[in-house]
Amino acid sequence: MKVQQISVFLENKSGRLAELTNVLGKAAINIRALSIADTSDFGILRLIVNKPEEAFRILKDDGFSVSITDVIAVEVQDEPGGLAKVLEILHSAGINIEYLYAFLEKSSNGALVVFRVEQVDEAVELLAKRSVNVLKGSDVYKL
Amino acid sequence: MYNPESESMPREQLRQLQLERLQKTVRRVYDNVPFYKEKFRDKGIEPGDIKTLEDLTLLPFTVKQDLRDNYPFGLFAEPMSEVVRIHASSGTTGKPTVVGYTQNDIDTWSELIARCVAMVGGTKGDVVQVAYGYGLFTGGLGLHYGAERLGASVIPISGGNTKRQLMLMEDFGTTILCCTPSYALFLGEEAGEFGVDLVNGKLRAGIFGAEPWSEKMRDELEKNLGIKAYNIYGLSEIMGPGVSMECECQCGMHVMEDYFIPEVIDPQTGEPLPYGSKGEIVFTTITKEAFPLLRYRTRDISVLTEEKCECGRTFVRMDRVMGRTDDMLIIRGVNVFPSQIESVLLNFGETEPHYLLVVDRQGTLDTLEVLVEVSEKMFSDEVRKMEELERRLGHEIASLLGISAKIKLVEPKTIPRSEGKAKRVIDKREL
Repeated sequence: MKVQQISVFLENKSGRLAELTNVLGKAAINIRALSIADTSDFGILRLIVNKPEEAFRILKDDGFSVSITDVIAVEVQDEPGGLAKVLEILHSAGINIEYLYAFLEKSSNGALVVFRVEQVDEAVELLAKRSVNVLKGSDVYKL
Repeated sequence: MYNPESESMPREQLRQLQLERLQKTVRRVYDNVPFYKEKFRDKGIEPGDIKTLEDLTLLPFTVKQDLRDNYPFGLFAEPMSEVVRIHASSGTTGKPTVVGYTQNDIDTWSELIARCVAMVGGTKGDVVQVAYGYGLFTGGLGLHYGAERLGASVIPISGGNTKRQLMLMEDFGTTILCCTPSYALFLGEEAGEFGVDLVNGKLRAGIFGAEPWSEKMRDELEKNLGIKAYNIYGLSEIMGPGVSMECECQCGMHVMEDYFIPEVIDPQTGEPLPYGSKGEIVFTTITKEAFPLLRYRTRDISVLTEEKCECGRTFVRMDRVMGRTDDMLIIRGVNVFPSQIESVLLNFGETEPHYLLVVDRQGTLDTLEVLVEVSEKMFSDEVRKMEELERRLGHEIASLLGISAKIKLVEPKTIPRSEGKAKRVIDKREL
């Protein structure tokens, strides 16, 4: 139930994001979701792609600082309060969210949100128990 | 002249004095410092072989690595009970270079600095503001005791706190300022801001050193501060400031030859070069008790000249330091080796750190930026952890170097490599 996310260190200078996406494009790697966290000097790009291990290798070979992090992809009902419900479940169990971002595409029933938490397994189990749909990695890559 | 008898001693007499003192020193280090005894054995010489000043070249060189290898007190020639002061400068790999002084050494140093202050026209009527750092660094305390010896009124303000420097300078009527030339320029710039008129004030001379500077900077300093600006030279290994100093003629720094014998050598071969040649400056201390050094290689490049100076002093003169034979940088008066940055990164678990020091001068103040390539090991996908890494690196580097540095994390392989070896320093300063 875990999804592999690719994280890349990027300096804040023009053209870097274009170069990186170009490298992935050439290798026929499709981006499913992304987010950038940035400071004044650098940014961290986080990607969900269709072929994470291949993307990791390609970016590494191309000289990027890159890592793979386990995250979870959660289906959230696409209605007011949908996200709040999921957050409340995690909060009440004392699970801290390092960051989250939304998917570009929607699943059939709701919106997809990527969560990065420290206790990944615990969170997956907890959400499943509360009937929240946590997507399998293989399903996410296929989207 | 503070001590005309010594400072204008006829050269023949000076050479005789040097020989006597050298022989005594050689005997002492041979007897008291195992490091030197061994070196003498390796070279197959004995103290008795030093019969003339020319025999100096028989003696072994001492290099900074020898000081490191004998950390902390291994090269001291006196028991610690005789040592009254210890100074240290930051080393290249974390451990500092340590030097010691007996009371006689401190007295000698004071005499030298008293001469220096007198060289810029200082007397007991002067007010001397010592804005060199006080502490392990030799600048502050060195100038302090010497100016006191002369009988001047000393303001031991140490470095920094520009506003207070200017306030006291005006209120106390400072006549002689001692600091790094770049800090003096900075004071000059800030003076206007705080409404202090230096040009028409009492300040009339500056004793500037601890970092390289230029004639262009001298012109600026003299104009902006309304003073005469003089160059002082020294290094803690030999004594501290006051090893050589410019007189009123401002035409090179007189080496205090009754206490140190200077040589110029070819840095590649170690062969002595004649006066007038550019090369590495080497000093032998000939009176020091606690920490005598034979033929210490300073790594500073300069020229010695024996031509008589108009001031009447007979000591040879040394040009401004023109460069280094190693990669040492002087930033805000602090000696910095790129390898120090490397040692910090190694402590962070990096096996092959890639980094670049970018030194610049913004206005009159040096800035140091350290670019560090983010390796896979350092990389975290959480901003919080990356910022924490930046902070910790900055803190570690600042505490090792003694000056602050801005850390900039950069992508792998973005620091230029030349012939497989990374370039470690970009110095954009124009002196």
